[in-house]
Amino acid sequence: MPFQLISIAVFLPLVGFLINGLLGSRIKSEKAIGVIGSATVGISFVIACAMFFDMLGSPPEERSHIIEIFKWIAAGSLNVSFAYQIDQLSILMMLIVTGVGFLIHVYSIGYMHGDPGFWRFFAYLNLFIFAMLNLIMADNFLLLFLGWEGVGLCSYLLIGFWYDRKFDKGTTGDAAKKAFIVNRIGDFGFLIGMFLIFEMFGTLTFKDVFTQASTLSVGNTTIMWMTLALFLGATGKSAQIPLFVWLPDAMAGPTPVSALIHAATMVTAGIYMVARCAVLFALAPTTLMVVAIVGATTALFAASIGLVQNDIKKVLAYSTISQLGYMFLALGVGAFAAGLFHVMTHAFFKALLFLGSGAVIHAMHDEQDIQKMGGLKSHLPITYKTFLVGTLAIAGIPPLAGFFSKDEILWKAFSGGYWPLWVMGLIGAGLTAFYMFRLLSLTFEGKPRWDQHHLHPHEAPKTMAVPLIVLAGLSVVGGFVGIPHSLGGGNAIEQWLDPVFEVANRKMFLTPHAVVPLEYVLMIASVLVALAGIWLARTWYLKKTEVPEQLASRNRGVYNLFLNKYKVDELYDAIIVNPILKTSEMFLWKVFDVKIIDGIVNGIPRLIGMFSGVARKIQTGVTQNYALAFVLGVVLILGFLITK
Amino acid sequence: MIDQYVPIGIMMVVAIVFGIVLANINKWIGPKRPSDEKLSTYESGMEPVKTARERFSIKFYMVAMLFIVFDIEIVFMYPWAVKFKELGLFGFVEMTVFILILVVGFVYVWRKGALKWD
Amino acid sequence: MDLSLLLHDTLAIGPISLITLVGLVVLTIEALHNKTENINCWISLVGLAAALVLSLVQLPTTGTAFSDMIATGGYASFFSAVFAAAGLLTVMLSKSYIKKQSIEHGEYYAILLFAIVGMMLMAAATDLVTLFLGLELMSLSFYILAGFVRRRNESNEAALKYFLLGAFATGFLLYGIALLYGSAGTTHIPSIVGKAGMLASSTMFLIGCGLLLIGFAFKIAAVPFHMWVPDVYEGSPTTVSGFMSTGGKAAAFAAVLVVFAPALVRGVEPVRDVLAVIAALSMIVGNVIAIAQTSIKRMLAYSSIAHAGYILVGVIAANSYGAQGVLFYLVAYTMMNVGAFGILSYLESEDGKNVSFDDYRGLSASRPTLALLMGIFMFSLTGIPPFAGFFGKYYVFAGAVQAGYTWLAILGVLMSVISAYYYLRLVVLMYFSEREQDAPVIAVPTSGLGMAALVLSAIALLGFGIYPSVVLNFISHFF
Repeated sequence: MPFQLISIAVFLPLVGFLINGLLGSRIKSEKAIGVIGSATVGISFVIACAMFFDMLGSPPEERSHIIEIFKWIAAGSLNVSFAYQIDQLSILMMLIVTGVGFLIHVYSIGYMHGDPGFWRFFAYLNLFIFAMLNLIMADNFLLLFLGWEGVGLCSYLLIGFWYDRKFDKGTTGDAAKKAFIVNRIGDFGFLIGMFLIFEMFGTLTFKDVFTQASTLSVGNTTIMWMTLALFLGATGKSAQIPLFVWLPDAMAGPTPVSALIHAATMVTAGIYMVARCAVLFALAPTTLMVVAIVGATTALFAASIGLVQNDIKKVLAYSTISQLGYMFLALGVGAFAAGLFHVMTHAFFKALLFLGSGAVIHAMHDEQDIQKMGGLKSHLPITYKTFLVGTLAIAGIPPLAGFFSKDEILWKAFSGGYWPLWVMGLIGAGLTAFYMFRLLSLTFEGKPRWDQHHLHPHEAPKTMAVPLIVLAGLSVVGGFVGIPHSLGGGNAIEQWLDPVFEVANRKMFLTPHAVVPLEYVLMIASVLVALAGIWLARTWYLKKTEVPEQLASRNRGVYNLFLNKYKVDELYDAIIVNPILKTSEMFLWKVFDVKIIDGIVNGIPRLIGMFSGVARKIQTGVTQNYALAFVLGVVLILGFLITK
Repeated sequence: MIDQYVPIGIMMVVAIVFGIVLANINKWIGPKRPSDEKLSTYESGMEPVKTARERFSIKFYMVAMLFIVFDIEIVFMYPWAVKFKELGLFGFVEMTVFILILVVGFVYVWRKGALKWD
Repeated sequence: MDLSLLLHDTLAIGPISLITLVGLVVLTIEALHNKTENINCWISLVGLAAALVLSLVQLPTTGTAFSDMIATGGYASFFSAVFAAAGLLTVMLSKSYIKKQSIEHGEYYAILLFAIVGMMLMAAATDLVTLFLGLELMSLSFYILAGFVRRRNESNEAALKYFLLGAFATGFLLYGIALLYGSAGTTHIPSIVGKAGMLASSTMFLIGCGLLLIGFAFKIAAVPFHMWVPDVYEGSPTTVSGFMSTGGKAAAFAAVLVVFAPALVRGVEPVRDVLAVIAALSMIVGNVIAIAQTSIKRMLAYSSIAHAGYILVGVIAANSYGAQGVLFYLVAYTMMNVGAFGILSYLESEDGKNVSFDDYRGLSASRPTLALLMGIFMFSLTGIPPFAGFFGKYYVFAGAVQAGYTWLAILGVLMSVISAYYYLRLVVLMYFSEREQDAPVIAVPTSGLGMAALVLSAIALLGFGIYPSVVLNFISHFF
């Protein structure tokens, strides 16, 4: 198998983007555009599969390849190639991205039908896949960053896709801008981390950096700052505390975008990046602790917000943030493989849930409020069944995919000695089961709460239904690749990824654990918690529908706190955004540039009377103020230099 | 190092003192017997009827400026003329280039009518 | 000196001689004929293109000319190429713009060309006297160009302000040169740099450096010598603002990098400290004030202050990374800022209006190509890969980290995060908002030449971003 084919797989979506982007407005047929968009991603998927099976057939030490496309930068001490790295980790990500991506492309043909921006949508979507593939296939930090920014750019373009629609209090444009700027804060961390890496190792290529790092001992301070900076980047892209605020707003984009970018692929880039740098993170126990705590806190925190949201996509958005928290929890406790396992299963069931919600929104003519739904089960049978599968999977009911991956994470947290984090994770799991079944009950079951005379919900077209069914299948069987030893499985995915994380695991003294009875106890506990959540949700929202109301009115404070998302947006506005704006407008511009300098100019005459009085008559106007600022600068600089 | 600048310092002091003295010596030692006629702006008898801050035609400035520009260039030609033989052909070519550039400016000024008075 | 040497030296500084000659020809034609705008534009274009090619041809050579007063080849040629390219793009954009503003005079091109000669002299100077000569030639040309729209008050104001403050700054610069000569005993720049370590403890030398620095800081628009920038950029003809902010800045930085060469900056710690403070202030003040602007022209002016700060970081780093970063940054900055100002000039109305943020609402619907180009320029200014702006930032900040100025790099990256706010605001307005119903639609004539310049800049930004080695290979051996 010539691995050079990888470049074709990566560049095909770019070709799709160019065709649709340049000629799209002239191609009148939606079918042609859709086929071009989907096929380019589909072929990439086929190539990735072929390569995957080829790797399966070869011994583990021959599974890593580096394909250089061209020498990117060769100047001085910086040598960076535009090169792709194929190994167990990147091929796994590639399969997820192209596979799920292909399904979502197909789905979009139905979903975006009739939209005037149809070609634009597919062009952006293809560009996104191209950027994402660069991100995960990169063999160095710079190329990874290129993809990192590229996906951010596409996300920005797609969130604002329906720019003429209102969203929340603002416009979709505001949501897009918010996403981009919050991500820039993350990028700030990423860049600083990258500078520190280059400063320390003198190279940006993964292989060289990690080889050098593997000789270092645990507890290096520079490594700690480096990894903390990188992690800040990850919190931006993967919507973790403190930078999660953009993801709920990102729901302003079309639903396939939410499924592809803001659930299945782009938001996991942070997890991928941390996993890729596992060796570095393993050298910094402090950072790992931070990662684990941030992950667990986000998991619980976002789940609590999800409890009371009424927008179908908002619930799923907070659910995504929460699930991403679990993945970071896994990384933080050193269970890198478990984190990626959850990335995979989550991609299946969350894409499924989002696409399902898209089908509902489609059927309800752009209604997103679950208070105005209900009883859709009979109208949308396929959507309902697949949505149920997804819900069970995310709730962690065995033997669906979510059970295995989530349980693996919780077990690793517990066995690693982080039992407080395990408790948080367990509570989060219960909340997840609750809010998901609340969503399911309010949307599909109970009595219809919509206008049955004017609205006739109809099942999604075939292009939308087929991806739902495929994803539902994957949500059922996807977990089987990671059945733990305790349940008689081989945990194939952990074994597959083991060579990638070998060095990191050695640094952390992690050895494969033996089967202990406690594992079964914990497993049963988590299933019971999930079942309790499900039972509670079904009782409250189907039978005793008055209970939630009563609870809400009795605990108004807590309820509002959840409903208003802990007022984090308001908090950021108050302590960061507004001060900067105010400083800009009030202080620096109007006050510093205009008033202070003016004031000094007007004050000085009183001090040295006659002299500047004359000067003022000779030279009026603000130019004089400018010159004064100039002179102040001169005095300061020369004063400093003289006293030196 | 600094003491090398002492002569410059002395010269500056002298220059300042000299300037102040010259500007004021008339005031200090001259006899003052003012009368109405003497205090009027123009002793010739012309009555000042308007403000003194009158706008002068740009033509005055133009001519003055052009005069200075072209006059200064002549300064370069003196040393060149003195050393003409030693500089030889090289000097001649250099000066030709210089004058050609000047001529372009001159032609421009002329054609644009900057030298016309009306 | 004999005649063949004269000929040799004149050819060695080919681009300078050529542009001077073209400038004189343009001036002569303007004097001798009526209705000469078109022919002068084309002559300037051809001359600049030839100078660009000539600079690139001379790039691999090195040497000096005119008794070691001017450097040739290498560094000087690189900057000649940058200035010629900036001039070329500016002339392409100017043709329709000056027609629209009714300032269609041949002198415009002649003065522009003389400004370029000044810039080239600055970059090529190996002597403080040559440097000063170039600086003055450039500045005087800019004073005139700033006031070129005579009937508009803002333009006159810009010219006068620029002139007054510029003359003020020149005074400091000249005094600095005098002190440097006093302490080093020579005006030959490489000799001064060579003696820097020895002179570092001399107060006179330090003050000389400080004064020189002040003069340069004014030209590159660094805080606190930046006050003129918003008024002058806003009042000047837009194409001239674009040229001033790119060519003018690049020329000043070329000179900064020659005088405050890595060896000098590393050897004289107090000067480095001053530079660091100036850079930090420029980044903060420029970026933060830019947020509050309502006119894109003013926003770009403050952003230009911020960019001066970023580029200074590379000077402070004083290693091969930082210095290469400065050069790369200047190339990228030239492309993106000429482009951004170019689009402004393209859409500006006859009375200088239509340059505020609100005027750009929904531009993607009415003018998709222009909106796309503007988007590219804004993203590049923000420093998003794969556009060239990213690599400029990357290099200067990486250099700073390597030199131990991590705090400056952190500040720089943080500030460029803030800058995303105002650059993106424009993109959001262009793409994600509708034009107000009652807003007057200003019919703008299209110009093929101007559009070509914009597209060229955008392609260059993308090309240099995806394949930065194109530029880096040329400059890697300078430092």
